[in-house]
Amino acid sequence: MKILVGVKRVVDYAVKVRVGSHGVELKNVKMSLNPFCEIAVEEAVRLKENKGAGVSEIVALSIGPKQCQETLRTALAMGCDRGIHVQTDLRGDYMELQSDAVAKLFQKIIEEKEKDADLVLVGKQSIDSDCGHVGPMLAGYMSWPQATFAAKIDVEGNGLLVERETDQGTETIRIPKLPAVISCDLRLNEPRYATLPNIMKAKKKKIDTFQAEDFGIDLEPKNKVLEVFEPPARKEGIFVDDVNQLIDKLRNEAGVIP
Amino acid sequence: MFSCSFASNRLTSASSCAAFHLARRLVSTTTTSMSLRSPNANDFQELSKRIDKVLISHDAQTLLKYNADWTGHYQGRSKIVCQPQSTQEVASILKYCNKEKIGVVPQAGNTSVVGGSVPIQEEVILSLERLDGIVSFDDENGILTCGAGCVLQSLQEKVASYSHLMPIDLGAKGSCQIGGNVSTNAGGQYYYRFGSIHANIIGMEVVLPDGTILDLLSKIQKDNTGYDLKHLFIGAEGTLGVITKVAIKCPRLPTARNVAFLACESFDMVRKTLTCAKDELGEILAAFEFIDEQMLDQVGNRKKIPVKHGERNYPFCILLETQGSNDEHDMAKLESFVEKSITLGNVVDGTLAQDMKQVNDMWEIRESCNPIIREIGYNYKYDISLPLSDYYDIAEEMRERLVSKPEALVVNWGHVIDGNLHLNIITPGDFSADEQIIALIEPFIFESVVRRGGSISAEHGLGQSKNNYLGKYAKKDDIVKVMKLLKSIFDPNGIMNPGKFLPSTK
Repeated sequence: MKILVGVKRVVDYAVKVRVGSHGVELKNVKMSLNPFCEIAVEEAVRLKENKGAGVSEIVALSIGPKQCQETLRTALAMGCDRGIHVQTDLRGDYMELQSDAVAKLFQKIIEEKEKDADLVLVGKQSIDSDCGHVGPMLAGYMSWPQATFAAKIDVEGNGLLVERETDQGTETIRIPKLPAVISCDLRLNEPRYATLPNIMKAKKKKIDTFQAEDFGIDLEPKNKVLEVFEPPARKEGIFVDDVNQLIDKLRNEAGVIP
Repeated sequence: MFSCSFASNRLTSASSCAAFHLARRLVSTTTTSMSLRSPNANDFQELSKRIDKVLISHDAQTLLKYNADWTGHYQGRSKIVCQPQSTQEVASILKYCNKEKIGVVPQAGNTSVVGGSVPIQEEVILSLERLDGIVSFDDENGILTCGAGCVLQSLQEKVASYSHLMPIDLGAKGSCQIGGNVSTNAGGQYYYRFGSIHANIIGMEVVLPDGTILDLLSKIQKDNTGYDLKHLFIGAEGTLGVITKVAIKCPRLPTARNVAFLACESFDMVRKTLTCAKDELGEILAAFEFIDEQMLDQVGNRKKIPVKHGERNYPFCILLETQGSNDEHDMAKLESFVEKSITLGNVVDGTLAQDMKQVNDMWEIRESCNPIIREIGYNYKYDISLPLSDYYDIAEEMRERLVSKPEALVVNWGHVIDGNLHLNIITPGDFSADEQIIALIEPFIFESVVRRGGSISAEHGLGQSKNNYLGKYAKKDDIVKVMKLLKSIFDPNGIMNPGKFLPSTK
C-alpha cells in the first residue's frame, strides 16, 4: 500500500492572529504543521509500522511557499519516506489559493507523479481556512470512496474499516477496496514527537519540488473574500453581590429565565 | 498551565497535623516579638473605619486560604484579613498597626514555599489582591507600571498584547502576584536571559511601617541620584514595608521561540551540553533547565515524556529554550547545536518542538514538578545554589545519606544554567514528616552546601522556614548585624512580617 499524506503549513494554533489591511497578518508569525495533518501523518506512520497493513511507502505532499520544506521535514522526521513540494506563493488561508484548486493539484500529483497511490490521508480541515473541503473534493474528482472525520482506521482484507465521528455518535464505514481518501479527526491518534535521530535522518530524505503553475490548473479563487475582521471584543462581565441580584439579572436583563 | 488552588481539601487533617508539628519544630524559636500584641475585635472595628474591606472570622475554614500556605507545612491563626484597594488604605492599615504594635503579614499570591506569606500566630493579614490595576504601559520603552496585586500571568498576557514579555516566568505564574515576586526577588526560568528582578525593576511605590508613602516610581532606566532605596525592598520579604506599585522593564516579545527536550546519560554530559549551548546558540539561549530520572519517573505517571529509553527514562533530561527575532536563523543555530551535541556524544536523544503546543507541553513537564510531588507525599524541600562542578554531587550525597530510608526518594530539577538546584526528598504515599529523615538531611545538607561555596536558599528566600539559618549557614555575624540595624531603622516596632526573614529573637 502506498500512502499519500497532505501536510499544510498554517499559522500555529497558539498564535493570537491580528487582522491587517490584507486579511490576517502573516508576517513574522509562527507557522507550524496543521494539527489535523499531523494526525494524518501519525496514522500513516502507524499503518506502516503495522506489518499486517503492508505499507510500502509514505509520501508527504505540501502546497505553498519555500518554507513548506520545513513542514515536509517535520513529516519526514515523524516517519514519512519522501516529500513532494508544490511551490506557490499564493496564500493558502482561503485568501488566494482555495479548496478546489488544492484538490485539483492533489489530483494532478496522483495522476502524473504518484499513480500507484492507494490511500490519501488528509486532516479533516486546516485551522486557517477551516474549510474541510479538500478530502471530499479530491475523492469526488478521483471517483474514489471516502470516509471523513476518521476516529479509527483498521485494515480489513483489501480494504479499510473506518469509524467516523458524527454529531450523533460514531458511524462505521467499510471501504471494501482501495484506493480511497480518508480525512482524519482529533480522536484518531496522538502524534509522536519527532526525535532527534529521526530529525537528522529526515534531512537526507528526498523532497521533489514542482511549480503549481505547471500543472495547467486554474489557481484563481472561486470565491471572493469580501471582508476579514476580528470578532467584536467580548464585553466585560459584571460581579453581582448575591443570588437575588443574579436571579434578577438573569430574568430581567438577560431574559434567560422566566 | 500550573495554577495554585486553595480548595480546603488540599490540607488533609493528617498532613496539617504533621506539618504543624514540623513547623513547630522549625519555628519553636520563632515567636513574634514580645512587644507585639494580638489583634482583637476592637482593632477590627478600627481597621474597618479606615479601609473599605476587612474580613473577620473566627472560623478557621473561612480564612484558610489566607492562613494556610501552598506547601501545607504552615498554617497561621489570623482572624483578620485587610483587603485594601488603594495605597492610601495600605498606609492607614500600617499606621494603625504600627501605633498599636500589631503584627502585619503582607500577602500577595501566597505561593511562598518557605512559609513567608502566612501568619505565624494571629498577625493581621494585609492582602494585596485588590491592588490589581494596570497604571500604564509605555510600549516604546517597554515599561509597565501596575499594582502589586496583579497576577503574573495576567501581566504576561497584557504585555503580550503590546508585543512585550515579562522578564520573569515561573511555575506559579497563575497565582503569584508581582508584588510578591518583587518582595522575594523571585528567580524563575528566564533569570539567565533577563537578569534578576533587581535588574528589571526601575521603580516602585512602597509604604513604610509608619504609614509613610515612598514614591520611588520611575519612567526611566538610568538615574544615579542618591541611594537606590528600592533595592532594599526587593527581596526583603515584606519585612521593611509594603510594595504597592511596581514599574518594571519589559523586553520585546520574541517572534521566534523554540524549545528542545534533550537526554543525557550523565550530569557531566549535561554540563558539556550547557557549555556547547552557550557557544553555539549565543544570544538566543533563553533557558536551560534539567530534570533527573527520579523526578521524570514521577512526572511520567501523569504526562507524556517526549523522549525515553524504551520503557525507562533517561538519567537526565534538559529543557532548552531559544528566543530571537528570526525563526529561520534560530532554527538553523539550534539544529547545528543539536547535531554537534549528538556527534560529540553529549546528548543521546531528544526532540525539537514542532509547534507551540509541543513547546507548551514540554514546559508543562518542567513546571509540573513542584505541584506533582506535593500530591505524592510529604516533601522535604531544598532550593540551593551551587557551582556547577558540585551541582549534582549533592543529590548523590543525599541518596547515600538516606540509604537506610528507602521510602525516601531524592528527586531533582532546576535552573542548571544559573546553578540553582531544587532538591526535594519525597515519601510517596506518606504525608507525614519523619523526624528521622529530617535528622538525616539537616543540618548535613546545609553544611555541605556551605562547604561547597553555595547558598542554602537560591531563590525561594528565608520566610519562616530558613530564617534561623541566616546567621549559621548564610551570612557572617557582622553582616547579620547590619541587616538587623536596617530593619530597626525602617521598622522599629517590628510589625512587618514578624518572625520571618531575619533570625527571630529568642
